[in-house]
Amino acid sequence: MAKKLLLDKAHVPGIRSYEVYRKEGGYRSVEKAFRLTPAEIVEEVKLSGLRGRGGAGFPTGMKWSFLAKPEGVPRYLVCNADESEPGTFKDRYLMEFIPHLLIEGMIVASFALGSNVSYIYIRGEYAWIADILENAIDEAKQNGWIGKNILGTGFNFELYVQRGAGAYICGEETALIESLEGKRGNPRIKPPFPAVKGLWDCPTVVNNVETLAAVVPIINEGGEAYSKIGVGKSTGTKLISACGNINKPGIYEIDMTISVEDFIFSDEYCGGIPNGKRLKACIPGGSSVPILPANLLLTTAKGEKRMMNYESLSDGGFATGSMMGSGGFIVLDEDQCIVRNTMTLARFYHHESCGQCSPCREGTGWMERILKKIESGKGEMKDIDLLWDIQRKIEGNTICPLGDAAAWPVAAAIRHFRDEFEWHVQNPEKCLTENFGLRHYADPIHVAVTA
Amino acid sequence: MIKFSEEKLKKVSEIIQRYPEGRQKSALLPVLHLAQDEFDGWLDTPVMDYVASLLNIEPIEVYEVASFYSMYNLKPVGKYLFEVCQTGPCMINGSDDIIGYIKTKLNIGVGETTADGLFTLKTVECLGACGYAPMMQLGKTYREHLTKEKVDAIVAECRSKAN
Ligand SMILES: Cc1cc2nc3c(=O)[nH]c(=O)nc-3n(C[C@H](O)[C@H](O)[C@H](O)COP(=O)(O)O)c2cc1C
Ligand code: SF4
Ligand code: FES
Repeated sequence: MAKKLLLDKAHVPGIRSYEVYRKEGGYRSVEKAFRLTPAEIVEEVKLSGLRGRGGAGFPTGMKWSFLAKPEGVPRYLVCNADESEPGTFKDRYLMEFIPHLLIEGMIVASFALGSNVSYIYIRGEYAWIADILENAIDEAKQNGWIGKNILGTGFNFELYVQRGAGAYICGEETALIESLEGKRGNPRIKPPFPAVKGLWDCPTVVNNVETLAAVVPIINEGGEAYSKIGVGKSTGTKLISACGNINKPGIYEIDMTISVEDFIFSDEYCGGIPNGKRLKACIPGGSSVPILPANLLLTTAKGEKRMMNYESLSDGGFATGSMMGSGGFIVLDEDQCIVRNTMTLARFYHHESCGQCSPCREGTGWMERILKKIESGKGEMKDIDLLWDIQRKIEGNTICPLGDAAAWPVAAAIRHFRDEFEWHVQNPEKCLTENFGLRHYADPIHVAVTA
Repeated sequence: MIKFSEEKLKKVSEIIQRYPEGRQKSALLPVLHLAQDEFDGWLDTPVMDYVASLLNIEPIEVYEVASFYSMYNLKPVGKYLFEVCQTGPCMINGSDDIIGYIKTKLNIGVGETTADGLFTLKTVECLGACGYAPMMQLGKTYREHLTKEKVDAIVAECRSKAN
């Protein structure tokens, strides 16, 4: 069993309540943090090697040290609980079952950053989880962990939950800030970055739920001890939300030293694919990351076993690799249609584009329409090239990364599954009742041996 | 006259207290949620104007926000809103069949409301429940691992609550 740092107590009966959580060792990291200076806490987080768990994987300690500290201006910490990337449902689990862990991490992080008022921005649909968090915050307040002059340290701290109202784009940090200010979720042009000019124009750090929860074990065990778990620059543990065609969908905390193959097929994790079907493809890190066919998923182009960590998942770049992303792991079996799957993702991004940039606003719509056309047997060969052309023109030409996030899944689907797209065009009737199937997508890849 | 109850008004001023002086506009999303719950599940123009007056902002600032976010309904909806997810992971697990089944069972299309005003069917994009697919949102709850039998039970549950 891999070491668990976040969810080891998630199944203790009653852990959602303050009493049980505290009895199980909860809030120790706050006591410890108050014996350190804010700068020392930031140093521990740097030492830990923790990388942001929201998707981009940016080192958290470094991000915290960029926070501007002008005299007399408040600073803010905002927790990004907008979780809306298809395939991703890990933050929800953490908040629903062990809400005090997030609150504990936010107290420590707020103390380190000098934020006296912090916010949890949670997607509006998670309404009952917002209630769970508010209850837990009340309990923490009653027990003296939130409020004025906490534990006699002179540190004043308030924490509030704010619900969004249905918009994936509000997960992008500047859109989230706009939304928290009561506006449409239109991403801002950067720079200035939130670390300089964020919420109400004040210096702001936005961190993912899982990132902030990980601060608790980092402070408890020390940054160095945390950095020894995992491998290379993939330190600590990572929550993976696994879904699609697997026997045991759910949330797994992994220590990033296991292989993708073991993760999918071992009973400890996904438990293999239902009904004896074979693996066709996988989107390993949330809908925006490149989809890989089975062969490239399990082994890299160099012929090495692919592992569940940041470096190995991205080995080969976009040509033959993918990304860890948000940890939303979507498995597709041999009966799944890549064209149809890609079409639903294009529809998603089209629906969620905020509309500020024309390449994203128009391009996502075109991609959805063309994919629908191919999927329904009305496509032409030139549509595949057109699709390729559109995605290329979106990437890199927009205000925020949603444009890229919309382009990448389409690009990867065509890159690796072009013959399945062509088959749809060549078989306009058959493609309505039959699937292309597994074909060669699980065949061993020829590895060139260099002398 | 559109007016919140005293209790709701107290809630509104509590929410405004969460932000610095002069930043009461930040309360807009939470207050719109309150308003939609209070006034029949959707945001009519007079309701939005009322929210603007409560927060001391221009009505247009409320309209532009209300029209941006998918959870705010700008048209009347049935008493029970079935919001079925149709994105990739749910599609892989049979959301199309569930949507088809609800359409036939309630005899409505996507975006429509039953004649008795009880049910509205909407398709939505990923709700963060991909491992428990197919699924839908119903009010403040998620209904997961949907099957035809479960849909039958949910419809029956709503009908009996409505009586
Ligand atoms: C379109 C879009 C959606 C995003 N959605 C989320 C999200 O739901 N949750 C999240 O934590 N980060 C999301 N991010 C990443 C955030 O912008 C930001 O990088 C992250 O919250 C930083 O936290 P971290 O450093 O702790 O990962 C999204 C980014 C983009 C471009
Ligand atoms: S890339 Fe898309 S979502 Fe991002 S700002 Fe531009 S239009 Fe909006
Ligand atoms: S795809 Fe349906 S909940 Fe995520």
